[in-house]
Amino acid sequence: METPVAEALPKLAQRLAGEGARVEGAQRLSGGASMETWTFDIVSGAAREGLILRRRTAPFDPETARSISLATEAALIRAAAKNTALVPHVRHVCDDSDGLGEAYVMVRAAGETLGKKIVEDSRFDGVRPKLAFQCGEVLARIHATPPPDGLNLKTVDAVLELDRYEEVYRTTGAQRPVLELAFQYLRKRTPEPAAPVLLHGDFRNGNIMFDPERGVAAVLDWELAHIGDPAEDMGWICTNSWRFGRPEKPVGGFGDYADLLAGYEAAGGRPIDLARLRFWQMLGSLRWGVMCLTMYMSWQTGVEKSVERPMIGRRVSETEADLVVLLEQGL
Amino acid sequence: MITHPKTEELVQAVALWIDQVRPGLDPRNAFLARVAVNVLSVVERELTKGPAAEARASEAFAEVLGHPGEFSALNAELCERIRSGDFTETTPGLLEALRTLAFDQLAIDQPKYRPEVG
Repeated sequence: METPVAEALPKLAQRLAGEGARVEGAQRLSGGASMETWTFDIVSGAAREGLILRRRTAPFDPETARSISLATEAALIRAAAKNTALVPHVRHVCDDSDGLGEAYVMVRAAGETLGKKIVEDSRFDGVRPKLAFQCGEVLARIHATPPPDGLNLKTVDAVLELDRYEEVYRTTGAQRPVLELAFQYLRKRTPEPAAPVLLHGDFRNGNIMFDPERGVAAVLDWELAHIGDPAEDMGWICTNSWRFGRPEKPVGGFGDYADLLAGYEAAGGRPIDLARLRFWQMLGSLRWGVMCLTMYMSWQTGVEKSVERPMIGRRVSETEADLVVLLEQGL
Repeated sequence: MITHPKTEELVQAVALWIDQVRPGLDPRNAFLARVAVNVLSVVERELTKGPAAEARASEAFAEVLGHPGEFSALNAELCERIRSGDFTETTPGLLEALRTLAFDQLAIDQPKYRPEVG
């Protein structure tokens, strides 16, 4: 049994800030079946450091996991930082002596991550028109980051993604004609393969920290990072599921396609066709629909017992309505 | 079947009670209680709007498939015809039928969701 976090943190404080350092304000922020996030301060004399701990609470299986290990996540964040992408500052990657299991510590930064606030709150009115361009810039820097050696990142393309999600969909046993048609439709329109790059893998409004003055502050939540088509990351932030009630603004509910693409090119990214982005956007809606189904399944099979899970199953219809509109428009 | 109270009123009563006790809960349970209220809203809407939505979808599916039937059988057949490539986005009536299905279901599941703009 691992040491409870609250007991392990004081030792970590001394390791990071020297003898006499102590922990204040340790609090669990969120937690699911396999991952926890904690906020805490290390106080040493007059110095105070605000930190975030991310740790896995269930064993990690690299064969079956969709996500990467936390050590890999930390290594990628550090590599992206070196390539001037705006990302969190990784302060420490935990090892056995920390007694926290698989975990790393990053510097706590101020900013807003709630998607709804970004698209609605008047504090962001001034900076909002710049956000899509900035998202393009930061994506170009992530995509140009050479992945560190030995990380064994998975490589995917559109066909593999469709195969994987269709297999997952079939496993659920659900019969949803809109999803069926979307699979068939997208299969007939898979774009020519693009030169694969490092992808964030979950680049959307909600996983980006924004500052009301400066805009993009840090790209968070790297657990789905992989190698693939650069348009995948662009399509995902344009998926309507992440527009927080602002469908008329395709980029995250705050911006337009042209600005995202222009920012990408301005930061040295290889130009991407809107059609290619829209393919991945539609695949994004399908992907989120299937993910919602699997979250329901995790409840149905008894893996997760939270009331949240079956309710997420009733969000599949959001993606189906989006997919119907996209099918009507055509790619 | 019974009207005093109707099934949807029973559901409403539980939702109201959860809302009453919610302020006293810790943050995690307060969040889950809000989700629980949302769950009950779906149940209530499915009770009141579900039968008409299913009838509309069945009618639209029957039109595309060319024969009548019960919803789950029509739905299964439609899925199979799409999967086999027999039906595509250009099949007359298919997209209209799927629009009926998807938007009726959205009105039950997530009525506040603003779908992709056409």
